[in-house]
Amino acid sequence: MSSLRFNLNGTWVEETTLPPTTTLLRYLRDSKHLTGTKEGCAEGDCGACTVAVVENESTGAPVYRAVNSCLVLLPMLQGKHVVTVEALKTQTVHPAQEAMAKALGSQCGYCTPGIVMAMFEATYRKDLDAGWKLDDQLCGNLCRCTGYRPIRQAAEQVAGTCPVDSFSQALERSKPQSMALSYKTATQQFFTPTSFDELWAVLDMNADARFVIGGTDLSLEITKRFQLPSTLVSLEALPALKVLDETASGFRIGAAVTISELEAFSATRLPSLHRMVRYFGARQIKHRGTVGGNLCTASPIGDLAPALLSLGATAVLRSRQGERRLPLEAFFLAYRKTELRPKELLSAIEVPLLKRDARAVSYKVSKRRELDISTVSAGLYVETDAANVVTVARFAFGGMAATPKRAAGAEAAVVGQVWSAAVAERAALEIGRDFTPLGDHRGSAAYRGLVAANLIRGFFEETETTRQPALRAGHTGTVGERGSSESLRTNG
Amino acid sequence: MMRVTENIKSATTASHEPMTPLHQPLLHESGFKHVTGEAQYVDDIVVANALVAQVVTSPHGHAKIRRLDTARAKATPGVVAVFTHHDIPGENNVGPVIHDEPLFAVDTVLFMGQSIALVVAETYEACRAGVKAIELDFEVLPAITSIDQAIAADSWLSDPHTMQRGDAVKALTTAPMRLSGEVRTGGQDHFYLETHCTLALPEEGPSLKLLSSTQHPSEVQTIVAHVLGWGRHRIVVEVPRMGGGFGGKETQAAPYAAMAALAATTLNRPVKVWLNRDQDMMWTGKRHPFFSRFEVGFTAQGEVLALQAQLFSDGGFSTDLSRAILDRALFHCDNAYFLPHVKLIGRVAKTNLPSNTAFRGFGGPQGMAVIEEVMSRIAEKLGLEPAEVRRRNFYGEAPRNLTPYWQEVKDNRIHRVWSELLASSDYAARKAELEAANAKSTWLKRGIAITPVKFGISFTTGFLNQAGALVLIYSDGSVQLNHGGTEMGQGLHTKMLAIAAHELGISPARVRVMTTATDKVPNTSATAASSGSDLNGQAVKNACTTLRERLQPVAARLLGVPFESASHILFAGDKVFLDSRPELALPFHKVTDEAYLAQVSLSATGYYRTPDITYDRLTARGTPFHYFAYGAAVSEVEVSGLTGEYRLRRVDILHDVGASLVPTIDRGQIEGGFVQGLGWLTCEEVLFDDKGFCKTHSPDTYKIPAFGDAPGVFNVSLLENAAQDGVIHGSKAVGEPPLMLALSTVAAIRHAVGAFKPGREVSLSMPCTPEAILFATR
Repeated sequence: MSSLRFNLNGTWVEETTLPPTTTLLRYLRDSKHLTGTKEGCAEGDCGACTVAVVENESTGAPVYRAVNSCLVLLPMLQGKHVVTVEALKTQTVHPAQEAMAKALGSQCGYCTPGIVMAMFEATYRKDLDAGWKLDDQLCGNLCRCTGYRPIRQAAEQVAGTCPVDSFSQALERSKPQSMALSYKTATQQFFTPTSFDELWAVLDMNADARFVIGGTDLSLEITKRFQLPSTLVSLEALPALKVLDETASGFRIGAAVTISELEAFSATRLPSLHRMVRYFGARQIKHRGTVGGNLCTASPIGDLAPALLSLGATAVLRSRQGERRLPLEAFFLAYRKTELRPKELLSAIEVPLLKRDARAVSYKVSKRRELDISTVSAGLYVETDAANVVTVARFAFGGMAATPKRAAGAEAAVVGQVWSAAVAERAALEIGRDFTPLGDHRGSAAYRGLVAANLIRGFFEETETTRQPALRAGHTGTVGERGSSESLRTNG
Repeated sequence: MMRVTENIKSATTASHEPMTPLHQPLLHESGFKHVTGEAQYVDDIVVANALVAQVVTSPHGHAKIRRLDTARAKATPGVVAVFTHHDIPGENNVGPVIHDEPLFAVDTVLFMGQSIALVVAETYEACRAGVKAIELDFEVLPAITSIDQAIAADSWLSDPHTMQRGDAVKALTTAPMRLSGEVRTGGQDHFYLETHCTLALPEEGPSLKLLSSTQHPSEVQTIVAHVLGWGRHRIVVEVPRMGGGFGGKETQAAPYAAMAALAATTLNRPVKVWLNRDQDMMWTGKRHPFFSRFEVGFTAQGEVLALQAQLFSDGGFSTDLSRAILDRALFHCDNAYFLPHVKLIGRVAKTNLPSNTAFRGFGGPQGMAVIEEVMSRIAEKLGLEPAEVRRRNFYGEAPRNLTPYWQEVKDNRIHRVWSELLASSDYAARKAELEAANAKSTWLKRGIAITPVKFGISFTTGFLNQAGALVLIYSDGSVQLNHGGTEMGQGLHTKMLAIAAHELGISPARVRVMTTATDKVPNTSATAASSGSDLNGQAVKNACTTLRERLQPVAARLLGVPFESASHILFAGDKVFLDSRPELALPFHKVTDEAYLAQVSLSATGYYRTPDITYDRLTARGTPFHYFAYGAAVSEVEVSGLTGEYRLRRVDILHDVGASLVPTIDRGQIEGGFVQGLGWLTCEEVLFDDKGFCKTHSPDTYKIPAFGDAPGVFNVSLLENAAQDGVIHGSKAVGEPPLMLALSTVAAIRHAVGAFKPGREVSLSMPCTPEAILFATR
């Protein structure tokens, strides 16, 4: 396909001249005068621009997914269906709209269309089986007026109700369409290859090509720095990168797997990783952000990185020459620099099966619990033998160095020792020697050092009774509570 | 307009509908327009041939402009014009009170983000290219970027202002116990979801229409008139609605509106000036950070004998509203407490930062934060129950009813609020329970606290306490309602609608609230100081009363009632009838139609000014407030000693809104105000670097409360049987007071922090970020 084509509120639209870096938000407001969708921040941090896109995820059936239209570039919608707030009112208002209006869930109303669209997704979700999922559903939408109580009330009324209506019927009718695209304007181009052969060909022709998948990071260059990348190559439609496999030896997670897909996959299989994914970002971001994108930005914080490092993950790199594997710690070379060579991509992450009695938890500490970047993140992992002597320890941290990094001294302090509070304390005291963190607006160097050490202390306590604990409902902070914890509400 | 409990159909037809919408649980007047996306904000309005603009701003905190050349920018493709101070036909000044704020810098820039020029172009891309092509050269000067630096450099925007009663200095020397300390509270970005925006539409004459997201259309009109050198009559400012204001659009919409006006009138094309999120956060002012020192003398029972305090605020580079904000901070250093001897001194520091401005509470929260810290520290020092220490210090009967500014506290409801909330929240039992639990937990400690709010209602600049309305009845009995207030989400239009429908005895469906516009009601005050419904509500009522009195004789004639009895004719339920003969009722529209035929005027203005406000700032004595709003909150938190993260487990609020005009709207103001205060005191941190660069200029780095930060359990009650004399239908203002209820969360965190280190002094800085909390536990 050489033109942009997607379905907007039931009508197919085709565009041939717009820059491929046009965001869906600007398209809706400027080209279509659909001004119900608002710009609040243009960086995916407020949710005012939320719309719904029909996605065919690894789980199978098509589903509505709330996304930040400010970060979605038009070519990323190729062949897809988009629903904006304007389409929700048919003969009557949508249940999400009615619930919001009647709960007085809007005051100034500016965040409201985005909240309604997040609730629209929730209305048709069949997997809202835990209270924390409602918090997760709405944490990507900031409201400055209401204090959220009435919004929660409205969400509880409609979430998971799955009404049979024109929207559910449209979902059933929807058939996945090819995302294949080769789109060019005078100064820019956007390719979405559907096979590696196509990809290698595109890369051979375009030395300036940059990879993109969900765009949750790259789009900020466009919306915040007003840069216009000349050639973008989306890896979203390469089937090999969407793999989510469980084998006898471990798990294979494709680079284009979204964080949402990983969340569903890891819930029972990899509780440690799942805890990190819970607070990774807002749902809108998780729907577009991917495993590969998160790792390849090589951010010093990179939430997935410390969790995966602690689990002994392997990076699978692919080029025309074939695949090569390396331990994930070897993937990160320096600040925002990876082992990837030109025309090479990260295709998957492999995580070995955890030993049955291994202790593993990941932690994310941020100024705000939800929708924030980590001040310190950690993946902590300990294996012990029959005598409770530590045989393997992997303590990986984000936000403590120029790259996500393991704490060599802390690990050495526990290996060969009987796992005990005193030994964990010795590891905690090593953190000050392992890292020289920086201070910034998220936290001072002293705070980072203290928290990193405390996470090891908390890890010991928390894993005393349960080796790979899931977060309990109503917890305070990132470190789970030992023993019982009653829940005042369901913000797991 | 619908009521909460009913569905759409029955709302207009139900026979059990009360005769009046007043005091009923109505929905927000624009609620259904919000949820469908139909509600229009300034940036949503599409006009043909419109130009867009980008402001060229200072990249330095303090510098001399050595060179400014716009030639290359003007030659950039797509750029239509570039404006600098040379192009201003009128006055290059947009200072709202003191004229110390140029629209465009002339030879010096005083903060990073100060406007220097405006590039107007066909597209934003062309604008940005034009901005890049501006040639600027600076001589960088030292910048003052904190209150501490300003104090050291003797850099001020005001003289010291003193408020005192008794002899605090002497009383401190004889007090049996004394404490002194410092309190710092941080800035706060308004983070309205809709950033600043004005669309200027040139009209014939020439004249000008401005669609502006502002809380103060009259001031925008005035300032634009000054900048253009025009009479105000040639300018109409309309406010469709705002996507949040919170004080941030009281004065600070005007400069950007003036730029749009300047460009539109010069080019004779519509021009929009819209700030993106980063620009809005970097360039516009925020809540004033305060630094305060206090010394308090008290008895062993925790009764305050004397308080002396110095308050310094960071005004930024220009005065804006800083002096009035500082005054209100001093006015609220007492909160609900009687201070037998008190001396308060306040002063506004001048820094090289954006000009700090109004923000919900307007200094009140910063003043209250000081006295609440004092109360917590007295209780901690004496080992007394903080709730009891606070209660002992409440205002009481004379002579314990005199404020530091010599106003008597009448109709004091804090005792009632306090005892009712202590009981309904089960404070004492919960406290005992959680302290027992704390003893068994190493890393998690809980805390609970109750704090009061007493907040003075009225503009403390006396003449601002006035409002107007214009009500138009059409012969078919439908009504257009204009009033001087603006809608920013707070529900003012809903309340005004309820009042008008009540006064005219008609259903709300017959009334349309019109866009706020300066050609309907002139010389309005800002919608601010929680005063919107108090002032405009009375004006609406007065206008409707005038119209009713004109309709009564018309109805009398139709009903065959003697003219002398016309005053006994009532308006209710869309009917008009004699009080003694309700069965002989006329439809409202029949009376209005007849009035038209009988040549009776069907439009009327209403006007109101608050009586009995007398305050002499020179002596700092008088009655600046019409009345006080009261409330109290109990917060329960749990704190992690590993990371400093905390969770707000439960909040109970009892708030006094008098006889609530619309209880659903008031509840929303209380909940929203509390959570906004919570943000200010916990997660929101405005940070500048030492050159004056705002490091927290987007939601990536600036964190307002999110969905999961709201209290786990959130019980909000309105004080019952609380009608207030002398206020519209017995109601009380609600916009700002609840914000300060969030101080209860800080007090609760202090309690939890103290549990980590029993017997040791608690030192907790604000905002209570996880970092601040973690270090306080150690």
